[in-house]
Amino acid sequence: MTAEPLPETAAVYWRPRVDAQGLARRGRLWTLTTVAHTIPYLMASAVLLWLEPLTAPVVFVLLAHAWVIPELYAKRGANVLRPRQRADEGAERTALGLLGDLVGHEARELHARTGAVLERGALGVWVVGEAGALLVTPGGRRAYCWCVRVEDGTLPSADRIAHLLLALRTDEPGFATVANLAFSGAPRRVRRRLPPSLRPALDGAVSTACRNRGR
Amino acid sequence: MARLIRMDGSGHTTVAEWHVADEQAIEAAAAAFREQLEAGYYAVVTEGEGQARQVEALPVDADLVILRRPIAGG
Repeated sequence: MTAEPLPETAAVYWRPRVDAQGLARRGRLWTLTTVAHTIPYLMASAVLLWLEPLTAPVVFVLLAHAWVIPELYAKRGANVLRPRQRADEGAERTALGLLGDLVGHEARELHARTGAVLERGALGVWVVGEAGALLVTPGGRRAYCWCVRVEDGTLPSADRIAHLLLALRTDEPGFATVANLAFSGAPRRVRRRLPPSLRPALDGAVSTACRNRGR
Repeated sequence: MARLIRMDGSGHTTVAEWHVADEQAIEAAAAAFREQLEAGYYAVVTEGEGQARQVEALPVDADLVILRRPIAGG
């Protein structure tokens, strides 16, 4: 990756530029926040059940809350890769030709199956979709889901991916700085919430990230 | 033949074409390039696997220059 910063970072000047250490810190903070959301419900459930076993229905509701909050965050993360509305067939075909020129054979084949593109970066392995990207860090133990999109609704699907891919290749930390973090956690939590057609893209990113553990 | 293309609603549009030996075509391409930058596009040149570079002036030696729209957090 080149050192030239992405011009879009000027619009988010107050954000510290993303690096591997900062990213790991944000990941830990995200996990801590999720635990902080869950623990009060679990403690309240235990106390209620201890004080009065007849409160079991209330305890059930509390436990459901403790389960659903992390799940909703994971769903929000998975949504960054959700396919958007398609443009007309001709435009999609033209855009697909350009995207195909930008990526290698493996990535082209994966895109045909899943609609997302796999890209290796310095921060980890990226799965780039139409309106967001998912980063699996080296070792494959944590995924970061980023909401980021091109500000033009008329673009065909492959062009939207090409926009994000070119920005990512121009300045990977800048790309992550501009994007909004939607979720951070274990890849398997996102995988459960992904449409089945997209799961091979995440699986590919995790296995590539596992191979890159030592990078 | 080198090309300046713009990603748009049609997939992509060829904005200009030039050959390194054709000065007139280069001038026309450079003018079109500036016009697109003024319209809010960013110009990118791919540089091998996984690398791209943003350019502020038409890189005459490049085979393909791609114009893209700005991105933003969703």
